[in-house]
Amino acid sequence: MPVKFPGFRSRREAVPDKLWTRCPSCSEQLFNKALEKTLHVCPSCGHHFRLSSALRLGLLLDPGSFEERDPGLAAQDMLGFVDQKTYPDRLAAAQLATGMRDAAVWGFGRIEEQRVAILVMDFGFMGGSMGAVVGEKVARAAEGALASRVPLIIVSASGGARMQEGTIALMQLAKTMAALERLRAAHVPYVSVMSDPTTGGVFASFAAMGDVNLAEPNALIGFAGARVGAGTIGQELPPGFQRAEFLLRHGFVDRIVARVDLRRELALLLRYLVPGQPEPARG
Amino acid sequence: MVDRILGRREAQPPAEAPSEPTVESTPVDRKAEVWARVQLARNLRRPRTLELLGIMADEVVELHGDRLFGDDGAIVAGFARIDGHRVAVVGQQKGADTEENVRRNFGMPHPEGYRKAMRVMELAERCSLPVVTFVDVPGAHPGAESEERGIAEAIARSVGLMTRLRTPIVAVITGEGGSGGALAIAVGDVVLALENAVYSVITPEGCASILWRTVDEAATAALAMRMTANEQLALGVIDHVVPEPEGGAHLDHEETGRRLKAAIVRELDRLAAIPVDLLVEQRYRRYRSLGAYTEVVTEAPAPIAPPRTGFADRLRGLFEAGSRAIPAPLQVGRRDEPPAREDV
Repeated sequence: MPVKFPGFRSRREAVPDKLWTRCPSCSEQLFNKALEKTLHVCPSCGHHFRLSSALRLGLLLDPGSFEERDPGLAAQDMLGFVDQKTYPDRLAAAQLATGMRDAAVWGFGRIEEQRVAILVMDFGFMGGSMGAVVGEKVARAAEGALASRVPLIIVSASGGARMQEGTIALMQLAKTMAALERLRAAHVPYVSVMSDPTTGGVFASFAAMGDVNLAEPNALIGFAGARVGAGTIGQELPPGFQRAEFLLRHGFVDRIVARVDLRRELALLLRYLVPGQPEPARG
Repeated sequence: MVDRILGRREAQPPAEAPSEPTVESTPVDRKAEVWARVQLARNLRRPRTLELLGIMADEVVELHGDRLFGDDGAIVAGFARIDGHRVAVVGQQKGADTEENVRRNFGMPHPEGYRKAMRVMELAERCSLPVVTFVDVPGAHPGAESEERGIAEAIARSVGLMTRLRTPIVAVITGEGGSGGALAIAVGDVVLALENAVYSVITPEGCASILWRTVDEAATAALAMRMTANEQLALGVIDHVVPEPEGGAHLDHEETGRRLKAAIVRELDRLAAIPVDLLVEQRYRRYRSLGAYTEVVTEAPAPIAPPRTGFADRLRGLFEAGSRAIPAPLQVGRRDEPPAREDV
């Protein structure tokens, strides 16, 4: 057996592989530590980086107030879907990379002492795509908010329905809307916060339907992705289109809120968005 | 005869659809078969909502306009009498020729189309008329005007309305069930589909261009998404498949209409007997329960294990103890820019 000399590779690996991040908007090299202090907003151009669900919850909620619900929900491969990888492989890779079971987390928490049900999506998990697990969590969050009569907050970050779950993913639009309709009928308010990106089936269901819709600056928000649009009708969508400011102009977003103000704005809104008396039962 | 042997014609044998294709060595044939059905669903001479109503209904009264912006030719809505049942109807309408297709925008509705549909469905609720919808759409119109007028909001609102509408809803997928543009009028107490209809979360071309990065793989995507009526039946997304005449619906509109009428009337009769509170609760349960997942009562999956270190590294670690920063728990925070959104 040959003598094995100690390698030096692992020492190099011990150095954090990524100290710097390049801003995709202004190309500035940003020191990651500094970026954390600015809530992952580029200090030179204001570009809002995407946030993991953990960071987002930490940003919005009173420290230590989050109680996660249903963390054990995990996806199943109902179709036996294979593209260039199998769906279970993609799920496993995403779970390993994010430490999450699927693309959303929900639970109860407090924002400046006001109790809310909150669901946060994570774009890092398969593009934040909505399959049966995300749909189920949104529905349970709405039902949980209804049962406890506390406002619901959903922070979206998603490319849309998860293709690997086929029409089952499409049916989550109906599942989430059914639960939100009940919340609405019970006069429990719901605030939708759209972060970059909120597109496809997520925008065409719960994300668009907040009693108050907030959006982060310059977030991509739209129904049909540029590629889908171009492929279907042969028309390229103009640049600068489908951004938060465009939606504000056309009346589908109430307010554009910079990340640094988001917690304060939500707390302010929650003082008005108080669950009211439910409608008397009909029939 | 061949069809009979393959069990393709009459009531589809349930054994075929749900499991894996029995013959493992024929993926190409399966792909070709699925793609052929997609082509049938898109056939230009396939009967559309107005043709089917012309065959099925004793009278049809079309209503126009959403009262907000305009009238969308890609969606027709109104009243009809089908075998004595007075119902409200909503359906997508592709054109039969180029001129009509331009007028009807190739069957791709804008927001005003869905808002017209909602107006008529709400009216149906107030007048206790059941609603019958006909779904045949490649997808909602994906263009600039559509986004400006809030296509996503219109779809979401329509889906939400249909989940709580206090009147029976029979939805029929007659051709292409294309994504949110289809679902917006396809939420029902019962969902029927013609045999060669397809239903999918995205067009096969769209799926292929994202996951395979080329539209040439559309047939592969169509197979992977299990978009044929019988596969959707096995998934529980639709409830009944209505057989088409030999060769496809486009060859015999009359017969297609007769078969569809019988199926619709059967469902209208059945649903009419259910008290409306129970009906709405059952509809909620139907959609609330669609989608499988597993649920475990343990912690979230363990964070990434640090790379395995050899003896020399451990020694070095001992010497350098303290000089190295404490490793951050799980670096979810560093993923500032996860893969581009096409990488779903």
